[in-house]
Amino acid sequence: MVDSTIEAIATTPPQSYGRRALKRFLKRPMAVLGLAFLVLLALIVIFGPLISPYSFDGQDFSLIGSPGPMTAEHWLGTDELGRDALTRLIYGGRVSLAVGLAGAIISTLVGTVVGAFAGFYRGWTDTLLMRFTDVMLSIPTLPLVLLLSGLFRPGPVLLVAIVGTLIWMGTARLVRSQFMALREREFVEAARALGAGGFRLMFRHILPTAIGPITVAATLAVGSAIMLESALSFLGFGIQPPVPTWGNLLNSASSWLSVAPWLAIPPGLCILFTVLSVNFLGDGLRDALEPKE
Amino acid sequence: MAEALLKVTDLKVHFPIGKTLLSPGQTVRAVDGVSLEVRRGEVVGLVGESGSGKTTLGRSVLRLVEPTAGSVTFDGEELTGVPPQRMKALRSRMQIIFQDPYASLNPRMSVGQIIGEALLLHHIGTGKDRGQRVGDLLQQVGLPREAAARFPHEFSGGQRQRIGIARALAVNPDFIVADEPVSALDVSIQAQIINLIQDLRQALGLSLLFIGHDLSVIEFLCDRVVVLYLGKVMETATAADLYANPRHPYTRALLDAAPVPDPRVRRQRITLKGDLPSPIAPPSGCVFRTRCPFAIEDCARAIPPLETVGSDHSVACIRAAELNLTE
Repeated sequence: MVDSTIEAIATTPPQSYGRRALKRFLKRPMAVLGLAFLVLLALIVIFGPLISPYSFDGQDFSLIGSPGPMTAEHWLGTDELGRDALTRLIYGGRVSLAVGLAGAIISTLVGTVVGAFAGFYRGWTDTLLMRFTDVMLSIPTLPLVLLLSGLFRPGPVLLVAIVGTLIWMGTARLVRSQFMALREREFVEAARALGAGGFRLMFRHILPTAIGPITVAATLAVGSAIMLESALSFLGFGIQPPVPTWGNLLNSASSWLSVAPWLAIPPGLCILFTVLSVNFLGDGLRDALEPKE
Repeated sequence: MAEALLKVTDLKVHFPIGKTLLSPGQTVRAVDGVSLEVRRGEVVGLVGESGSGKTTLGRSVLRLVEPTAGSVTFDGEELTGVPPQRMKALRSRMQIIFQDPYASLNPRMSVGQIIGEALLLHHIGTGKDRGQRVGDLLQQVGLPREAAARFPHEFSGGQRQRIGIARALAVNPDFIVADEPVSALDVSIQAQIINLIQDLRQALGLSLLFIGHDLSVIEFLCDRVVVLYLGKVMETATAADLYANPRHPYTRALLDAAPVPDPRVRRQRITLKGDLPSPIAPPSGCVFRTRCPFAIEDCARAIPPLETVGSDHSVACIRAAELNLTE
C-alpha cells in the first residue's frame, strides 16, 4: 500500500454515455415527435395490411375504369383498377420504409468501413479509397440507374443494393474525417502504448467515439434512401407494379391529378412527413450524442 | 553506476510538411540528434520550452512516433525496426502517463474497462482475477475499488490522472515516460500526484523519463536532468549539479525564469527574448545562438558537440569553459 488516503468519489449510480445521451434526447421535443411519428408509422405499415379487409392487389371490378371517390368503404378512394387506395398506401409504406431502412444500413456499413480504413491508415490507402469515393460521387445517379434498370428489372434486394451503393459516399467522408481526428487523441495513443493493434484501435476505441456522427448520418441516410427509392419508383424503374410503393403510387396517380387529387396527395404527404421526421430525429440525435461539453 | 535501461543514440524525428507532387516540401526537425540514457531505477528529467521536442522525444522512445534515424535500445534490445509482435511484448515493460487526464481516458469506457484492457492485451490473469487486479491497482493509486464501475467524466482532474497512472502500472512496467503529468492539474492537486509518482517509484523500483517544464518539480523528483532546446540536447547533468552549477547559458536562463519565493533576493538574470526559432529552418551552428546573450561569431560556424565537463555532466557550448554562470 503506497498511498493511505483513498479519495472519495461520487455515490450516485454510474452514468454511462448511453444513459446521459437518452436524457439529452428527451429534451428535444421535435426529435421526440419525429421518433413518435416514425414508430407509429412503422406499427401501421406492419400491422395495417393484416387488419385491412382488402389486399393490395385485390380489385373491385365494379369500380374499374376511373378512380373512385373517398367513401365509407374506401376511405381514400380507389384507383383506376378498382383497388383500395388506403390499403395500397399502407402496403406501399411497408415497401418504401423497408427499402429505405435497408438501403441506409448498407450505405452506413459501406461508408463506415471505407471511411474508417482511409482515415486510420492514411497514406496510399486513403488516397485510393477517397479517389474511388470521388469517382462514385461524380457519377450522376439518375442516368446510371436508368441504364441499370434498362439492363435488368430490379427486385427489392437489387434495389436496396443499388440505393445503398449510391448514397454511402457522404458517410465515408464523414467517418474518414472523424477517424483522422480521433486517431491522434491521447486515449487512442494510450491504447497503442499498451500494445493494441489496428483493428482494436479502430473498432474498440475510435468507432465508439465516432458513433454519434455516424448515427446521425445513418438516420439522415434513411431519408435519402426513401427519397431515392421514391424517385426511382416514380420514374418506373424501382419496384414494379402491382407491388405498390409510395413512389409508384405517385407515378400512377399523376395522370389522374386533375380529376382525382386524393390519390396523389396521401403518398406525397407520407414521403414528406417521413423524411421530415427522419431529419428531426437526426438533428435530435446529433444534439444528444455529440454534446458540446 | 547502474547499467542503462534505456539508451537513445543520435535519435532524429523529422516530419515532412507541405509535400506535394510538385514541391518536395519542408522538414520539421522536432528531434534532431538526441542521445541520452536512463539507468535502472533512475528518474531522468527532460526540460525545455514548448516546442523544444520534449513530447516528441518521449513518444518516439516508445515508438508511438516512428523515429526517422538513430537508435533506441531498451534493456539491450534495439527497438527501431522491431517486428510488431515483439514490440507488443516489450510494451508491457514500457508505459506512458499523459499530460491531459481529460483526453487520455476513453470517455466511452468505464474505468474498469480502461485498466482491464491493459491486462487483457497482455493476457495477465483471467476473467475474475482481472477484476480483482483492477481493484488492487485503483487502491494502489489512492482510489476506491468501486471506481471501476464508473466513467471518466465522473472524476476530477487529479482522480483521472490517478486512473491514467493505474493503467500504466497495470502491465508491471520497468520504465515509464511521464509526459508532463501534472501540468494540466490545479496547483493544489499537483503535489498529490507528484508524491504519488515518487512513492510508486520507490515502491516498484521504476525508471522514469519525466518530461516537464516546472523546474522545482524536476528538482524534487529527478536524479538527472537533460535540457532540450529546438530538438537538441544543450546540457545534461545530475539534478544537484545542474541546479548549483549550470554550464549552458540556456540552462541558466531557464533557472532564472523560475520564480524565487523571496522578494528580497536580487539576482543577475538572463532573460530570454523572442520565441523559439522555427524547427523548419533552425539557425546554423549552435541553435541557441539567436537568443544567447553570450553569442559570438564562432557560434554560427559549427554545431557544438556535447562535451563532458565533469563527472556525469555534459554541455554543448563552445564557450562553456570561459563563462561563469554560477550565481
